[in-house]
Amino acid sequence: MTLRDLLTPRPEGLYCPAGDFHIDPVRPVARALITHAHSDHARPGHAAVLATRETLDMMAIRLGDDFAASRQPIALGETLDLGGARVRFHPAGHVLGSAQIAVEAGGRRAVVSGDYKRTPDPTCAPFEPVACDLFVTEATFGLPVFRHPDPADETRKLLASLAQFPDRAHLVGVYALGKAQRLIRLLRDAGHDAPIHVHGALRRLCDYYASRGIDLGEIADATAADRGGVGGAVVLAPPSAFGDVWIRRFADPLVGFASGWMQIRARARQHGAELPLVLSDHCDWDGLTATLTELSPAETWVTHGREEALVRWCALNGLAARPLHLVGYEDEAED
Amino acid sequence: MRRFAALLERLAFTPARNGKLRLLADYLRDTPDPDRGWALAALTGGLDVASVKPALLRDVTTARVDAELFALSHDFVGDLAETIALIWPTRGSADAPRLATVVDTLHAASRREAPQVVERLLDRLDPPARFALLKLVTGGLRVGVSARLAKQALADLGGRDVADIEEVWHGLAPPYAALFAWLTAAGPRPAPASDAPFRPVMLSHPLGAEDLARLDPADFAAEWKWDGIRVQAAAGNGRRRLYSRTGDDITAAFPDLVEALAFDGAIDGELLVRAGHGGVASFSDLQQRLNRKSVTPAQMRRFPAFLRAYDLLALDGRDLRPLPFTERRAALEALAPGLDPARIDLSPLLPFATRDDLARLRDTPPEPVIEGLMLKRRDSPYLAGRPKGPWWKWKRDPRLVDAVLMYAQRGHGKRSGFYSDFTFGVWAADDTLVPVGKAYFGFTDAELAEIDRWVRHNTTDRFGPVRAVRADPDHGLVFEVAFEGLARSTRHRSGLAMRFPRISRLRRDKPPREADRIETLEAMLPPGTED
Ligand SMILES: [Zn+2]
Ligand SMILES: [Zn+2]
Repeated sequence: MTLRDLLTPRPEGLYCPAGDFHIDPVRPVARALITHAHSDHARPGHAAVLATRETLDMMAIRLGDDFAASRQPIALGETLDLGGARVRFHPAGHVLGSAQIAVEAGGRRAVVSGDYKRTPDPTCAPFEPVACDLFVTEATFGLPVFRHPDPADETRKLLASLAQFPDRAHLVGVYALGKAQRLIRLLRDAGHDAPIHVHGALRRLCDYYASRGIDLGEIADATAADRGGVGGAVVLAPPSAFGDVWIRRFADPLVGFASGWMQIRARARQHGAELPLVLSDHCDWDGLTATLTELSPAETWVTHGREEALVRWCALNGLAARPLHLVGYEDEAED
Repeated sequence: MRRFAALLERLAFTPARNGKLRLLADYLRDTPDPDRGWALAALTGGLDVASVKPALLRDVTTARVDAELFALSHDFVGDLAETIALIWPTRGSADAPRLATVVDTLHAASRREAPQVVERLLDRLDPPARFALLKLVTGGLRVGVSARLAKQALADLGGRDVADIEEVWHGLAPPYAALFAWLTAAGPRPAPASDAPFRPVMLSHPLGAEDLARLDPADFAAEWKWDGIRVQAAAGNGRRRLYSRTGDDITAAFPDLVEALAFDGAIDGELLVRAGHGGVASFSDLQQRLNRKSVTPAQMRRFPAFLRAYDLLALDGRDLRPLPFTERRAALEALAPGLDPARIDLSPLLPFATRDDLARLRDTPPEPVIEGLMLKRRDSPYLAGRPKGPWWKWKRDPRLVDAVLMYAQRGHGKRSGFYSDFTFGVWAADDTLVPVGKAYFGFTDAELAEIDRWVRHNTTDRFGPVRAVRADPDHGLVFEVAFEGLARSTRHRSGLAMRFPRISRLRRDKPPREADRIETLEAMLPPGTED
């Protein structure tokens, strides 16, 4: 069996003929296996969805209870036979419930990593390297300029600013799923125990993380804050809220963003960030190249970002790789 | 070096002056000598290290990184120094050098050695520190900190007035240990420069209608307010220096004027350029001489600089500042005839008796480079800073044009959530709008809310925090824009630059097609403006 027969790129997403399913399809299909609940991977309208319990729960929170006709949970480490294929979910270290999906058929194994990172994250299980013939990797930060700093240092940056500007609410733009909860957890680990305010769009996901045993400390609603009322608190919100009249409830806010893109000054400026925090749930360049070196798969497919540079690096390092132009993956929607 | 790099990063992203001051003062308080002194020198342009050409830096990088990966990265990042700082293959070492060590290393390096020295430093620094280093050696440390702002931060740090800092500044050299000892550890006040020192400048308040009504004309002297650059010319002990009003030494750019400072003392005056007919050239001619480190003979011939003297602060070792204005003026008038009149002349005192006389003078100035009147109390000493009462400025009414809003940018801090920075344009010959300026003040909170609402409802395009808005002949928002003057500028598409533009009112009644045309602005250019 060729690797292309094991996993076939189609316009609607990666398809496994042996098991008759798609992984992270961008259009509605009969059976979808979903790596994680981010919107560019987890879309509504599939007939049947197989994913981790957390991914299914958070899809329901974000997309509504009717996001798929039928859904089936699978635990990390659990194996399942689907038609002529055997599938197994492994932790990806990206966000709560995120998984890499290993597919075996005809004696060969492919691993679709979804989004992943190698940096330790207290809000999810760590990435597990899985030996394979074909590795499908993301390349969101697939340029050698992306080398994420220590998350603890970035967290200290935020706390230092809070100490320096104690009267200004520190508004930090975050992705609602994953980044928000990770930043809260990082702040708690750095000893910040004051209430952290969150925009309404973040509330249910924070509550869900807490219900899964991730202690986020005291979370307050930002929506209830009067003009000036929260003073120098940390307030987390989706970046879209900053262009909105919502932000006017704060008297003199200091606006930050927590994202891997903040590494690039022009990007930080474009977002109007006064406090750019480089905090990413994706692999940086060193993480990507270390993973490929460690796995040394017979073939690597690169998707979801800056494919060209990572494919170039593979060529320089004797690894077979090609870009996989999957339709519909949003380049920079997340993180 | 880490702290310095972190400071640079915060400064670069902090738009508000108060925020920058806090960052600077905190850094200067919490950082040990001599690092803080070198940081201060770097920020105020007082750090002189061997420079390295960007092309050389690119070469040492591509010797270590695949050229194609480098090219892809540079394309994405845009800035060369930033790309190198991030892509440099080492991770930085635990014993990364401090700023003072980096500066010493750079000082010790010859021009030829500099690239190798920089390369070795890059190996030991982390990415933010590498970025700071690369900006230091390529001379591109732009973080929006003026020398003035840095002096204010020093004043904040030591609980002093900024004039105190300005007064001692020119006796100091990096890394400023004596200065910090004085400001933070009760050390002695450093002595001002012994030859040709700077004396903190006296500034005026704008004259309001009530101030005018209360003012007794008999108490005041009047002179023209010349539209040049306020300077202080100091000489003594064989040194001659020209200072900006904030105490920056601008001697090197004006050798033609400095040569004429044949006295021992300090003159407060206006730096101007002589026009061909013997009068005073426009501000845009003066601009040809500003912000230069050096000057060519051709520039000096074409734009000869001179000093129009207002005041005399010191003479032959005597401090005149405690004397009343009339006595200082008499001393100035006695000094002037001995100086080269082509380079130094007196700002004339204007005869008047009544407030109406003053109003007439203000409305009919004899030369276009006069921007109004200065009124000075005859009995007042020369006081540093901006005391209220002794000196008033009474400016001419501003120029006005009707312009059309083209772009709006989101504000920061207290203006978060509002589109508060506006780019406006006037009609060009081909009936398209050409941007002529930006303004972010002049409106009330209620007007800001109204403009913001209009912007949100009339957005045609978005670029990050900027929105383009509808600006058609029949649909758009017209502002009356007030400004102080116009100059030719190659940096703007319109070829014009406004001075101090602000929104004077909203013209809700006016359709955009009736806004002003570029010819109207061009006609406002001062006569003799170079094309
Ligand atoms: Zn994701
Ligand atoms: Zn993704």
